[in-house]
Parts: sequence; structure tokens; C-alpha cells
Amino acid sequence: MSNTGSNDPLGPIRGPKGEQGPIPVPGEGKPLPIPGIPGMPGSQGDKPQKPSAQPRPTQRPARKPGPGESDSAFDQRVRERIKAYPGTITYNDLIRKSKRDSAILIVLMVLLAAVFGASIGVIVSVIFGHAGDYAHSYMTGTTHRPADPKFDTATGGPSFFGSIAPILPAILIGGLVGLLVGGGASVWSFYGGANAILRMTHARRITKDDDPVLFNVCEEMAIAGGLPMPKIYIIDDDSLNAFATGRDPEHGVVAITRGLRAKLTRDELQGVMAHELAHIRHYDIRFSMLMATMVGLIVIVSDGFLRAMFYSGAGHRGGARVSTRGGGGGGGRGGGAAIAVIFVIAIILAVLSPIIARLLQMAYSRQREYLADAGAVELTRNPQGLASALSTLACDTAPQKETANRGTAHMYIVNPLKKMRSSGQRKSSAFCSHPPIDDRIARLLALLR
Amino acid sequence: MPTGTVIAIIVLVLVVVIVLWAIMTYNRLIGKRVDCDNAWSQIDVQLKRRYDLIPNLVETVKGYATHERETLEAVIQARQQAINITSDAMHAAEKANAENQLTGALSRLFAVAEQYPDLKANDNFARLQEELASTENRIGFARQHFNDSVGRYEQSRMVFPASIIAGMFNFGQREYFTLEETAQREAPKVSFS
Repeated sequence: MSNTGSNDPLGPIRGPKGEQGPIPVPGEGKPLPIPGIPGMPGSQGDKPQKPSAQPRPTQRPARKPGPGESDSAFDQRVRERIKAYPGTITYNDLIRKSKRDSAILIVLMVLLAAVFGASIGVIVSVIFGHAGDYAHSYMTGTTHRPADPKFDTATGGPSFFGSIAPILPAILIGGLVGLLVGGGASVWSFYGGANAILRMTHARRITKDDDPVLFNVCEEMAIAGGLPMPKIYIIDDDSLNAFATGRDPEHGVVAITRGLRAKLTRDELQGVMAHELAHIRHYDIRFSMLMATMVGLIVIVSDGFLRAMFYSGAGHRGGARVSTRGGGGGGGRGGGAAIAVIFVIAIILAVLSPIIARLLQMAYSRQREYLADAGAVELTRNPQGLASALSTLACDTAPQKETANRGTAHMYIVNPLKKMRSSGQRKSSAFCSHPPIDDRIARLLALLR
Repeated sequence: MPTGTVIAIIVLVLVVVIVLWAIMTYNRLIGKRVDCDNAWSQIDVQLKRRYDLIPNLVETVKGYATHERETLEAVIQARQQAINITSDAMHAAEKANAENQLTGALSRLFAVAEQYPDLKANDNFARLQEELASTENRIGFARQHFNDSVGRYEQSRMVFPASIIAGMFNFGQREYFTLEETAQREAPKVSFS
């Protein structure tokens, strides 16, 4: 049994003002958690009092190298990445940065939803609305013009609002149905989602008597964050992972695999628990659910819409009109050409929107991981614990098959499905729900300089 | 619309916006001040937890370490001293000092316990040792949380333009939890003699 602070009456308080200044290095000069980086050359030339003079850690189990890479290759990458962060960086800087970036991503997502909605509106109005009829009448030479007060005579074509006015009810009803379905789904996941996830991952709730140390570590972190004590679940899986869920701190749940629980030291466990509590504290479950709902709606609407368009034949008719209009609608009929361009742009946007939405969602997810890492340091004031736990997680290569799937992958502390598949070199795909683990470790270690 | 009416409407809207903002700012400041009070009382909760664990520990150790009367006495005495000091802002430093003494006495007790294999093998002792170690951490983290809360309050209180509201309604400064003398910052000496 180890304890983190029995000889230190102040525990984690290392200065008069916890909020300010760079984090004091806990136990000044403790070796870095990654074996193989004894002195972090390259980042210490200007600061002689670095931990470099210290002996290599002995209490930490040596990190096993991942498949296909040597231990030093991983450490080398971490060392390189640390240099990207300024020497004076604090966890408050990281928290501010991540919060700002995720706010920007939410705004972008809302904008995307608006653009997507407008695109669908344009497409619907061109295909099914009177805009098509106008084009049709130009093409066939008939003089039929529906009595539409909003017909814009000045430009010789229908105004945008005029053209969608007749099908507004359809759009509204469709939107309403979409909102109800999406809203119902999110209400369900809001109240019942946590239980469903815990069932899916075969997690079982434990009491303090089952694992007093785990409970104590978690409660210490809850105190540091001013949060109520979350429920603790154990996932019966030997792979290494952990996640948090629950709609608000009062319903917080932290789950950890049996394998990870057994492998970590108390300090590392503290880092992992702090990371999960930071997720709860930042309402990440709520926000990621919001993002998932928006992405889901966009995907469903886009998919259903495009399918309906191409299979019903409406697409062909619409396409024919558009092409004729575009080709022969010159002169006073310029409105037709404009509509054709807008129509094509709208279709492109409608097709691209789900992909862009997915990218935004993943970028958001990565920001929240960075935020939870920084938030964990805010609670523990010890970046080493989490960094060390992450390097242990990084070398776990066995993917979780039975207790994780694509739907739950984003919740875990590291991606349970493709652990270190990208060994060898760093792969930071825009479609990843998690940032590269070496960058996460580098950010944490940058705080120790 | 006459210019007078337009100006009147603009002024009215501005007044409403400012009043709403003032109310929200006031409520936010109150919330953060309550957070500070709550965080402070959380420290006491953890200190109390330690007081409650100690008699149990003393009883357990007594049964095995019969020759360590002095060490046990020191723990009991330090505990009593710490309990006797009321926990408020006036006595914060004094209280912290007494708690420090208690931590030191406990460390010595656990160091002494190392010499008694039977005691170390006792489940109850192991459990109490874990609980007390965790309680030390909790006290530290509760103090950290208090300082974090004070930091947030101070920041909300001092930033412009919320500082205007803070000044009008007397949102005073909150002190961070600090240890006044350098001696208190050092970890208590543990002697293994």
C-alpha cells in the first residue's frame, strides 16, 4: 500500500495561491515517469535545475515497448512533442485553450446544421416547389405562371423565400418530426443512457469493502473537485481502460477495467480517476451527447433525403430541369441559372455535411480529452501520475472486444478498439476520437518543466 | 416616430439590460462566496474524520505495541489539542499548526508500528492505516479545493465590470489558506530512533 501524502501535512497545497503560477513540481526533482527519458535532453539546456540530475526511476515498472517500435522511439516522440509547448505553460493555460477550442467547434457545428438545413430547403424547393415549375414553363414555352405574390418580377425569377413558400409546411413538418425523434432519443439517452452503457460494457457496481483503496483515491479526487462521490463500477476485462458517464455530477459514474485497476500504482490511479472526474465535472457526457445528436440528425436527414431523391425519380426530373435551365436560361431568365448553381451547391453541401459533422464531432471529442487531462492535473497537481498511467495504457496492445464497440469507444480514457495500431509513427487522424497518446503525455510532462 | 420616443426606448432597453446584468452578476458572486464557505467547511469534515479514526487506531495499536506508551500519548494529546481549537478564520493558523502536530505524531506512530510484525499483519490496522493515509490526502485536497474556490471568487470579484457590483454590495476579499511560518511548511520530522 502506498500513500501519496502521509508525510506531507499540506497534501497537494504547495503554495498560497493554488490558482496561480506554474504548477510546483511535486517532490521537486522526481524523475520523469517515462523510463528512457532520464534527463529530457533538448528541453533543459536553459534550465539547469531540471530533474535531469536525478537518478532514473526505480519504483516504476519498466514500460514495455509497443509492437514494432522500440521503447526509445516512443519516448523520442514524446520528447519532440514536449518542445512544442512553451516552458511556462500551466494547466490553467491548457484548460482555457481546450475550452475555447471546443466552444469554437460547437459554434461551427451549429453553423453547419444551419447551412445543412438551408441546403435541404433549397433542394426541396427546386425539386418539389414552384421554382421547378417556373423552370419547367420556361423550358416548354408555356406561359403558365402560378399566382404567387412573392414572385420576384424584377429579376425575372422567383425570390428565394417565394420559391420555398409553398413547401414551407412540408419543411416545417419534416423538421418537427426530426426534432421529435432526435429529441426523444436524446431524452432517453439523457436519463437511461448511463445504465444502458454500463450494461453494454458488463460493468458491475462495487462497494467500498470490495476495494477500499480505489474508493479512497476516487473520493480524494471528488473532494479536490468539490464533486459528490461518483458510483464506481468494475468492468470484468483484463484490458486496460476506464470511462466516466452520467448526465451530471450527481449521477456521475466512473468505470475501470479489472486489468487497469490491478496494474496501476496509487499515484497513477489517482491520475486516471481525476481524468474521469474531470469529464464529469466539465459535463462532457452532456456535451458529447448534444454533438452526437446533431451529427445523427444530419446523417439521417441527409441519407434519407438523398435516397428519396435518387430513387423516387424526382432527382431525374429535377436534374433535367436544372440542366435545361442552366443551358438555355440566359438573358432575362438568369434567375434559372442562379438557381441551378445554388441547387448544385446545395446538393454538394447536403452530401458533405454528414462527413463534416463527423469531423467536427471527433475534433470536439479530442479537445475534451485534452481538457480532461488538464482538468485532472488541476485536481491532482501531479502531472506525473496521469502521464505515467497513460504510458502504461499506451503499451497495452490487446483491444477490448467484448466490452467496447464503436458506439462506446469515444467514452474511454484511451481508444479501446485501436490501441497502438498506429505504432511506429504518430497518426493523428481527423477521424480519431482520441488525441495521439504521446501528445497527451507530452502535454502533461510539459507542465513539469 | 419622434426622436424623443426613440431615445426613450433606447434608454429604457439599456436600463433593463443593465439591471438584468447586475442581478446576474450579484447572484454569481453570491454563488461563488457560498462555494468558498462550503469548501471551508469541507476541510473541517475531513479533520473531523481524522479525529474519529484516531481512537480506533490507538486501541488497535495498544494491543500489540505495549512498549510505545509515549508515542500513543503524543497522538492522543495532539488530537485533543487540535480538537480544542475552534475552526474559524481567526484561528486558522493556530489550527493548522495543531493539525500539523497531529500529523507528525501519527507519522511517528506508523513508523513505530513497523517494528511490530503482528500489528502490521492485523487487518484492522491495515485498514486504519489506509483510511488515515487517505484522510491526510483528503485534508490536503479539501484545502486545495478551498483555495481554488477562493481563487475563482476573487477573480469574479475583481474583474471589470463585475468589480462595480462587488464594490457596491461589499463583496470583501477572501483569504487563501496559507501557512504563515516557513517552519509549518516543512513536513514534520519523523524520527526512526
